[in-house]
Amino acid sequence: MTLLINIFLSFLKVGAFSFGGGYAIVSFIQKEIIQNKGWIDLKEFIDIVAIAEMTPGPIAVNSSTYIGYKVAGFWGSILGTVGVLLIPSLLALILSIYFNKFKSQKWVKWALNGMRPAVLGIIASAGFTIGKVAFADYISVIIGSLAFIGVYKLKINPFLVIILSGVLGLILYSVII
Amino acid sequence: MIPVIQREVVDTKKWISQEEFLDAIAVTNSLPGPLATNAATYVGYKLAGPLGSFAAVFATALPSFLIILVIVIFFSTIKDSIIVQNIFNGIRPAVSALIFFAVINLTKFLGFNKINILIALGSFIAISILNIHPFITILISGAIGFFFSRRGRIK
Repeated sequence: MTLLINIFLSFLKVGAFSFGGGYAIVSFIQKEIIQNKGWIDLKEFIDIVAIAEMTPGPIAVNSSTYIGYKVAGFWGSILGTVGVLLIPSLLALILSIYFNKFKSQKWVKWALNGMRPAVLGIIASAGFTIGKVAFADYISVIIGSLAFIGVYKLKINPFLVIILSGVLGLILYSVII
Repeated sequence: MIPVIQREVVDTKKWISQEEFLDAIAVTNSLPGPLATNAATYVGYKLAGPLGSFAAVFATALPSFLIILVIVIFFSTIKDSIIVQNIFNGIRPAVSALIFFAVINLTKFLGFNKINILIALGSFIAISILNIHPFITILISGAIGFFFSRRGRIK
């Protein structure tokens, strides 16, 4: 029971603070769930991000479901997911009600001017922490570079890039080890 | 996910106008949490009040919840096999590449000016090197944005 409450509260915190959505939430989960709670290790979390990238739905929902289940089974996944969505949804509801008032508030715009570039830094640090684990040897550097060329230069969609990198990993690592 | 929502509620169902939808995205974008569920909250509220919001968020989250539930149950049983290990050894650097790509896209979108670069770099160093909670960097950056915008240094 304490564990379930713990899961709920941790994901509540992640949800409430995760400005920037998408990859930004990776940084918040890293801090709150991996570093502070130690519920899963970083490697497995990167695998979750990859799975999240290949399945529909927000990374936040995918991660909280996965981690919640790993830590405390079915109810863990329910409480994790409800936790991560509760505060953002309540805020979005309040904002919908007072939409027109909120839209014209200058201070909101001003604060966002500072928060937007901060989200960039948050996402970059998620990439940095993941990179430290992901780039373990020269094969991973090769695969990572190819993946980047694929998505940036060749405009291949992320789903396909992940599949191809998995195939490449299977081939290269099986041959060399 | 946003284009999917847009096609469904603007084009197919004609529940709200294109303009209203873009407004909703712009504003819900400023909130924490996933953009998809936040936008769903807005559309749900517009159509049927708070209960509409609840229904929309629930329905947006449900498919991913169920899919991941199946995956986590299945994945735990095969995770330790050498084949799966090798596949994910290849996938992990690709995830880094995708995040790096997202950073580049966002940089283009934000545009370069001194304050943007300082805030982005500052929050990166704070989180990655000084181990400061990302929430703190959001708060401080919001305050900096407020301060400089009010003095007309950024628009």
